[in-house]
Amino acid sequence: METNRKIKVLVTKPGLDGHDRGAKVVARGLRDAGFEVIYTGLHQTPKDIVNTIVQEDPDAVLLSILSGAHNALCPKIMELLKEHNIDDVLVAVGGIIPEEDKEYLKSFGLSGFYGPGTEIKTIVDFVKNNLKR
Amino acid sequence: MTEIEETSQKEETKEKAKHKSRSFRNLSDIEIKRLYKPQDISEFKYEQALGEPGKYPYTRGPYNNMYRGRLWTMRQFAGFGTAAQTNERFKFLIEHGQTGLSVAFHLPTIYGYESCDERSLGEVGKEGVAIDTLADMETLFDGIDLSKISTSMTINAPATILLAMYIVVAEKQGVSPEKLRGTIQNDILKEYIAQKSWIFPPEPSMRLIVDTIEYCTHHVPQWYTISISGYHIREAGSTAVQELAFTLADGFAYVEAAMERGLHVDEFAHRLSFFFNAHNNFFEEIAKYRAARRIWAKRMKNKYGAKKPESMRLRFHTQTAGVSLTAQEPENNIVRVAYQGLAAVLGGTQSLHTNSYDEALCLPTEKAVRIALRTQQIMAHETGVADTVDPLAGSYYVEWLTDKMEEEANNYFDQIEELGGVIPAIKKNFFQKEIANASYKYQREVERKERIIVGVNKYKSKEDSTPDILKIEDEVALKQLQLLSGVKKKRDNAAVKDTLGELKEAAQGTENLMPYIINAVRDYASIGEIIGTLKEVFGIYREDSIF
Repeated sequence: METNRKIKVLVTKPGLDGHDRGAKVVARGLRDAGFEVIYTGLHQTPKDIVNTIVQEDPDAVLLSILSGAHNALCPKIMELLKEHNIDDVLVAVGGIIPEEDKEYLKSFGLSGFYGPGTEIKTIVDFVKNNLKR
Repeated sequence: MTEIEETSQKEETKEKAKHKSRSFRNLSDIEIKRLYKPQDISEFKYEQALGEPGKYPYTRGPYNNMYRGRLWTMRQFAGFGTAAQTNERFKFLIEHGQTGLSVAFHLPTIYGYESCDERSLGEVGKEGVAIDTLADMETLFDGIDLSKISTSMTINAPATILLAMYIVVAEKQGVSPEKLRGTIQNDILKEYIAQKSWIFPPEPSMRLIVDTIEYCTHHVPQWYTISISGYHIREAGSTAVQELAFTLADGFAYVEAAMERGLHVDEFAHRLSFFFNAHNNFFEEIAKYRAARRIWAKRMKNKYGAKKPESMRLRFHTQTAGVSLTAQEPENNIVRVAYQGLAAVLGGTQSLHTNSYDEALCLPTEKAVRIALRTQQIMAHETGVADTVDPLAGSYYVEWLTDKMEEEANNYFDQIEELGGVIPAIKKNFFQKEIANASYKYQREVERKERIIVGVNKYKSKEDSTPDILKIEDEVALKQLQLLSGVKKKRDNAAVKDTLGELKEAAQGTENLMPYIINAVRDYASIGEIIGTLKEVFGIYREDSIF
């Protein structure tokens, strides 16, 4: 990828969860770190999110979930991406993800799993180092 | 100069420099002095600033006797899975000495969706109990006498419906509405500001709230109609001052709306209660609660013309700060919660929820819930803090800080007024921006180690301690869907259609909707059906996604 293009990141809140402090802080932190950031706001269905991905073509998608609905919603997003033949976007999850669910989510190609207390720098480095394109 | 002397001198200078640069600012960014003296509160006059406890302006507490008369209510928020599972947890809590119930609903109920809605995918029974129809509510309170217990329901946009269900469950137990005690959160303004579980636009939402106030004033007189909440504003990342100011501003807006309906302030104001957060900065929190009581009392008396003392007396529930819990070394959270709970008690709270130490990882396990409740019991019975009323009154620091919090809150009230009031300020994203800025600033301070969080940015331990966690099984969703379809088969569907039609018609006019909602609930109309009907008339709300 060309060197001077900004990395484009989509920050989004799947499901009905309203805890958006973390997502907003991460969105702003990434923007301050030089990324191009789109924040979808709350209450996105997997379909909404995949439609946004198709339209915006981000390099990375950060899903924020603190409601416990991750096992249902995240795989659904990955399936829909597959249907759209999108496989070069980094999709990561943050929020409250119990240890034993991480393996399950990994099997769908999801990564990240940053929880409360994570420094923004950690997320910045993670995105930079794990891009798929 | 010897080498050792030189080194130690260097270190001393370094230490001094460090000391100088270390900032002593609380979480509201108020600079704290080294020492407070009489001149810091030179204007202080006991009667005006504090008054006796139970007397205007209630700074020292809403009651004369405070905890000597009655301890605060230990009210642990609980709810998960199906109504039957939560019913068991309630009975467990009652057995362990809890004196009031507090219901957490799952997100579909909070947003007015049925469990079988596409949007409920993955959410059923996860963050709270699944309630679709009156049948679930009957199970939830099975074997619990509603004339004896007080129940707090954390529900906002569909609050009218859950209150209606509670009234009908009581009716079936043979308990009349005037005997019911409890609270619905019913605070939609803070949803637009912070928690985001809105459904309708602000104006029809305010109508529903005034409907509950009006209805309860006449029929359910012991019910607290709104729990005006700063908790979520704080959890969304606000400072203590913002929590104080935005919450009270919301309170003023509700009072004004009810007065516009034609109610006199003394008819309903005593059934408004508050809900605050207890965060890490100990004295700041205490000052916040004391300032809140004083501001409210003054405003109710001077601006809204309240005559009855009960209308001026601010009473509140407190929950310790979920946002302060760390996923790292979660056991440390037990200590955080104890300090936060102590601040709430020293600030004169009427009820308290202490968080469980594992909540940054999962929904609380039974062990964690028990420790959280025990933390309150130890405080109440072993420490002696409840023996005298408002023990920190007269402290130069605490009185100075209480004044300062009031002053800063007043600045915010002026800004909100300039924007045209709370609803216009919401539409201009004023609160949302203020909170997002404060929250980002806090995060930066933590990352620069200007604020220390033990086990997170200092004293990190290498070993990872992962406690046992509570998992909600996916069978819950399946079970709930079966329950819901069972109810829909059994009920009189023609009657449901009729009552929903009547509700819709009433919604198009200006009548109080509570009686119509009670009728729909009694016929086992689901939350999704009732909310769906109202959406047809009221429309839905959309927010700008700012960050």
